[in-house]
Amino acid sequence: MAAVSGMSRISGLCRHAVRQTAALKTPRLLQQRRSFIVTAVQQQQQPFDSSLEKPQFPGASAEFVDRLEFIQPNVISGIPVYRVMDRQGNIINPSEDPQLSKETVLNFYQKMTLLNTMDRILYESQRQGRISFYMTNYGEEGTHIGSAAALESNDLVFGQYREAGVLMYRGFPLDLFMAQCYANADDLGKGRQMPVHYGCKDLHFVTISSPLATQIPQAAGAAYALKRENMNRAVICYFGEGAASEGDAHAGFNFSATLECPLIFFCRNNGYAISTPTNEQYRGDGIAARGPGYGMLSIRVDGNDVFAVYNATKEARRRAVAENQPFLIEAMTYRIGHHSTSDDSSAYRSVDEVNYWDKQDHPISRLRHYMTARGWWSEDDERSWRKQSRKTVMEAFERAERRLKPNPELLFTDVYQEMNPTLAKQRESLFRHIQQYKEHYPLDLYEK
Amino acid sequence: MAAAARLFIRGAHSTLAISGVGTGKQNSLFKLSAGCSSRLKAQRHVAHFTFQPDPPTTEYGATQKMNLFQSITSALDNTLASDPTAVIFGEDVAFGGVFRCTVGLRDKYGKDRVFNTPLCEQGIVGFGIGAATAGATAIAEIQFADYIFPAFDQIVNEAAKYRYRSGNLFDCGNLTIRAPWGCVGHGSLYHSQSPEAYFAHCPGIKVVIPRGPLQAKGLLLSCIADNNPCLFFEPKILYRAAVEQVPVDSYTIPLSQAEVLQEGSDLTLVAWGTQIHVLKEVANMAQEKLGVSCEVIDLRTILPWDTETVCKSVARTGRLLISHEAPVTGGFAAEISSTVQEECFLNLEAPIARVCGYDTPFPHIFEPFYIPDKWKCFDAIKRMINY
Repeated sequence: MAAVSGMSRISGLCRHAVRQTAALKTPRLLQQRRSFIVTAVQQQQQPFDSSLEKPQFPGASAEFVDRLEFIQPNVISGIPVYRVMDRQGNIINPSEDPQLSKETVLNFYQKMTLLNTMDRILYESQRQGRISFYMTNYGEEGTHIGSAAALESNDLVFGQYREAGVLMYRGFPLDLFMAQCYANADDLGKGRQMPVHYGCKDLHFVTISSPLATQIPQAAGAAYALKRENMNRAVICYFGEGAASEGDAHAGFNFSATLECPLIFFCRNNGYAISTPTNEQYRGDGIAARGPGYGMLSIRVDGNDVFAVYNATKEARRRAVAENQPFLIEAMTYRIGHHSTSDDSSAYRSVDEVNYWDKQDHPISRLRHYMTARGWWSEDDERSWRKQSRKTVMEAFERAERRLKPNPELLFTDVYQEMNPTLAKQRESLFRHIQQYKEHYPLDLYEK
Repeated sequence: MAAAARLFIRGAHSTLAISGVGTGKQNSLFKLSAGCSSRLKAQRHVAHFTFQPDPPTTEYGATQKMNLFQSITSALDNTLASDPTAVIFGEDVAFGGVFRCTVGLRDKYGKDRVFNTPLCEQGIVGFGIGAATAGATAIAEIQFADYIFPAFDQIVNEAAKYRYRSGNLFDCGNLTIRAPWGCVGHGSLYHSQSPEAYFAHCPGIKVVIPRGPLQAKGLLLSCIADNNPCLFFEPKILYRAAVEQVPVDSYTIPLSQAEVLQEGSDLTLVAWGTQIHVLKEVANMAQEKLGVSCEVIDLRTILPWDTETVCKSVARTGRLLISHEAPVTGGFAAEISSTVQEECFLNLEAPIARVCGYDTPFPHIFEPFYIPDKWKCFDAIKRMINY
């Protein structure tokens, strides 16, 4: 029976299936549900054999059934949320403790809090009109650091825009974060994109773009190319639960499964896409439940638990590379900040709701509880680190603000690798123009 | 829905294949049908052009008789042989493609290099961008140019802007997207389109269209070698109809360079793809019937286009006719026309003429009336000369 033959290979997935259907308490349905999921992960078409008394349809490997029954989506009792420590930072199941060293955990904490400090300062700077736009990472710091730490440093990252912590973990300098937001002459992106559209070739972090989900099929293509290089590299692709509604998400999931790409899809399900709550975004069991439909191993984790995120990513990364197949991690979290500086989230959700996540279930405070309990972190450490991190961020901030903007000539380069005659003509025309009308342009702010 | 339509056209093409293959009489068939009875015209697709092969060249070594689909295969073969990172993918490319452009390549180079994707154009282009970003040479196929629109976002917002927006940290310059293009006699709304003008408005990509097998191979190899994302549109009506001598080895024909195919002094004719063959015939008609000497230019690259060659020609002839199959409003002829008007205002002796498709969807049974055929172009020349 196909259901049995496929079983061992996808045992993880079946455990989910069992848990999901346990609530139904119907062995028959359970059996159907299992074969349904096993069918979904079949990658090989069954060889044609007309002598067998079973369905011969090439499109699926399944048994006949003589009763009309629709498969029910299991939304009430969804895929469980994997968790390693509770809200007070206590390890729940010691066998799941990643046993990270003090040094590693301190690094996690410092990167998460440094990101938080940078967020506060840049958010304020936008409120004061010093930068044009900003998006904070409040509440999602754990998803960034936990996943980034589980990757190899040369694994390729495709992101959406709320994953600055991944760059922070990889050591992207504060000066370059600021340079991008200020679009000054130090910006690696040459001041062309809106703030928070970071990118870094050396840190293998592909430049962010605004169109949602476009990076998802791209990540599949990159993973395919890396697989062919056979250099033991994986790709991770981050996106929000809202972006998962885009057609490109469907494309990326399906392509990565059929083309067997070493890729981790990491969905940050923070409950909102700007003002749209998830019940207007989807009606299934979140994003994780879609994975099996694409034949993809999937898991849901507590996104405020940095160790749960770390463990899931670590294992997904190991298996993705070893087995050349994609994994889907859905990290449940909560978007504590506004969507962006152009949004006031109190227009569509309550302050109480936000406060709960900020005060009672936050990735940073949870990790701090863990560290405190081990005697790795004290009030004094906290005070001095806050002071020091704030100082470092402020210094970078001031340096960035003082710096000139890039030469306006950079408006014309990199459209193509080479400058074509038409574009060269347009550049000359701008130069002639600002020569004549220089008092009407902010030339002093730009490099010459 | 799209899939059903594709199956239909596939069937139509296999019929064409049986009637045309191995006879070596495609050219005469088309000439013949041009003068056939009107009853036959209504049933079968009738060529509105006569393919005119390029003069044979020995510049690039040994040549072989190839039709356009074979010259595409030859270019892809050369690429896979010389570039171990190169991969070819799209819908149904593994068995050789619905137009036979990838026949034999999977067997020769392996299924990890020539493979089918799920049926999803935005996925194909997104996947290609990612592969190119990670350093592979990615050659994506969109089964018909008519179905490139689901990938419009990936092409316009992503592929075209990748290098610029990242400050040249990342690029997808190794991406080439091939797609069958143009009318085919009976392709109707979704197997006939010429979407180049949509892409001409998009800085960052290159758009290239060849007129025959020799051009196709050289230009495609240039697209693949070029460090910018390229769209390569293959006039599908020429896949089997156009046969000429094509070098077996790799060679390139430069992008963004128009080619003067025929020199003339009274009037400049500009087109690309199949329409070049229409205009060459029109030039002969103009010479014979009106004593008008036409200069025929194949633009070859739509973006970035060769303004210099076109403007130089018009500065001499003083008259310009541009012709394309795509609808006139917002078509690429408008761009050429306004640029030439800016650059050659003092030389122009008549308004620039655009002989294009009408501003309607591409119709099925009315195709003979829709396309900018030689009589429409000839009439426009007559009016320009008498202006």
